[in-house]
Amino acid sequence: MKILVPVKRVCDPDHANKVKLSADGSAVTSDGLEWKPNPFDEYAVEAALRLNENAPKNEKLGETIVVSLGSADVAQTLRQALAMGADRGILVEANDAQLDSSVVARALKAIVDKEKPDLVLMGKQTVDGDSNAVGQMLAEQLGWPMATFAMTISTTDGGKTLTVGREVDTGVLTLKLTLPAVVTVDLRIVAPTAIKNGATPADHKYNEGARYASLKGIMQAKKKPIDQSKLADLGIDTATTASYAKFELPAARSGSTVFVETVDDLLAKLRNDAKAI
Amino acid sequence: MTDVLVVSELIDGGLRKNTLTAVTLAKQVAEGTGGAFDILAIGAGAKNAATELAKFGARKVFVAEIGGGYFAEKYAPTVADVAKKGSYGVVTACASTYGKDLLPRVAAKLAAANISDISAAKIDGGKVVYKRPMYAGNVFGWTSPTTAVACVGVRQSEFVGAVAGGGASAVEEVAVSTDAAAARVEFVGLESQKSARPELTEAATVVSGGRALKSGENFKLVLEPLVDAMGAAMGASRAAVDAGYVPGDLQVGQTGKVVAPKLYVAVGISGAIQHLAGMKGSKVIVAINKDKEAPIAQVADYFLVADLFKAVPEMAEKVKALKAQG
Repeated sequence: MKILVPVKRVCDPDHANKVKLSADGSAVTSDGLEWKPNPFDEYAVEAALRLNENAPKNEKLGETIVVSLGSADVAQTLRQALAMGADRGILVEANDAQLDSSVVARALKAIVDKEKPDLVLMGKQTVDGDSNAVGQMLAEQLGWPMATFAMTISTTDGGKTLTVGREVDTGVLTLKLTLPAVVTVDLRIVAPTAIKNGATPADHKYNEGARYASLKGIMQAKKKPIDQSKLADLGIDTATTASYAKFELPAARSGSTVFVETVDDLLAKLRNDAKAI
Repeated sequence: MTDVLVVSELIDGGLRKNTLTAVTLAKQVAEGTGGAFDILAIGAGAKNAATELAKFGARKVFVAEIGGGYFAEKYAPTVADVAKKGSYGVVTACASTYGKDLLPRVAAKLAAANISDISAAKIDGGKVVYKRPMYAGNVFGWTSPTTAVACVGVRQSEFVGAVAGGGASAVEEVAVSTDAAAARVEFVGLESQKSARPELTEAATVVSGGRALKSGENFKLVLEPLVDAMGAAMGASRAAVDAGYVPGDLQVGQTGKVVAPKLYVAVGISGAIQHLAGMKGSKVIVAINKDKEAPIAQVADYFLVADLFKAVPEMAEKVKALKAQG
């Protein structure tokens, strides 16, 4: 099937505690931190590749297109996904300050209208804004069904439907969607048997996590096409729906950690000092 | 003046308590701006939940009884139509997986801003400004909508649920709306883990285990006696869930649940950033770990440097004895 996967770069999530603010608190700065693909988007790329291949035969069954919005540098993020095995990229140049969930959803809708994929597969949230909204807004704008927090995906009814297990607060909620649809993925979508596409044998076990790009993949990615355009070219309403007046860093916790060596000491402190038990 | 519509979350044919955190926000906004708030009870058991929801001083409680399992396409048209009819400035729900799924879809229907997972709100010159965690809780942003309507998800761990009071609300049934997307979704089922322990997001004490427990069996044999001695809910790190020791609905973190209990005990958890994002709002944090350099020390108030396999059973026994003494 034809799958569109939006990807975003974020500042290294393993060092998210090192982000800083501008002096007046009007902006978040990630100076000195590396750009990495948003982890949930990387999982979505992996899930798309698994849906679109017969793994043991190393055979491709469909097209996977990756799309990113941002500065011209996000081409590098697209190349990383192309090196994993995606087929082509779409880069929409925009200032990050111009983008919020609504604008990104409208931009993706314009791309979907043009590309007509069977499925938009994306991360449930980006780990910088942590909003968890674009997939749902896009689905609504398209009038498509959706499944968020996907932990398993199986193609069903000869590929006309997807059966998706959603990881929700109260357990696993399973929906069957008639394509085309939007699915946002949670981290367990890259478990060894989370994806069943009817072609790869059901007992095939993938390695846990997103695949690494092979050297061959990296070389091939350099030749794969990336279609470039500008946000203004999409002909969409680019008004944001919310603005940030200021940012602040979380208050430090009490600051000092009391180290103890024995259970008795711990319990005495919890009872007498912290009054916690 | 901002009127607020609270969208309820239902469970097992009745009210899910987390709805009351959204009622708390609704009261704050309505009182702060001179507006009113209404509640929409929607889903299977809405009539039943409305009886409960009528006790919180809302102007009205609307009822949309919709049978079968939840999916957003089935609820969003009704939520949006009720919201439009009442010209609400804020549509709010608890930012559980339900609220996170439903609200942005409603926001798109209303051309509204979607403001996710807020930890506080304040009224500034008649305007509502929302505080929300970003970057895994390492930054807070203060944001306000530039649209007439905002859909606002309330982070359960940061808001105290409303308590009953303020007179009985008028209860009114509303028409259920539908749209074409719903016809393309089939609810297959919900598989729930039932537990006798308190719910993770509501418990006063949470005891979480990490990969250092080494197996699912050790969660049962070593950790659970402490969990139960403390009357706690059990949580886990992502590493423990990924290793298959416990099911995913126990995961505490940026992915998974955000908790802020009075006491959080992290057993054998190193403290990855994404785990800290889910628990660092806890009042008192205890770490039990062999490695005193583990990053969990950044947020721990008390750190027992010990082998968990010796310390945890001892602690379970001693807590039990303490509780027996009263």
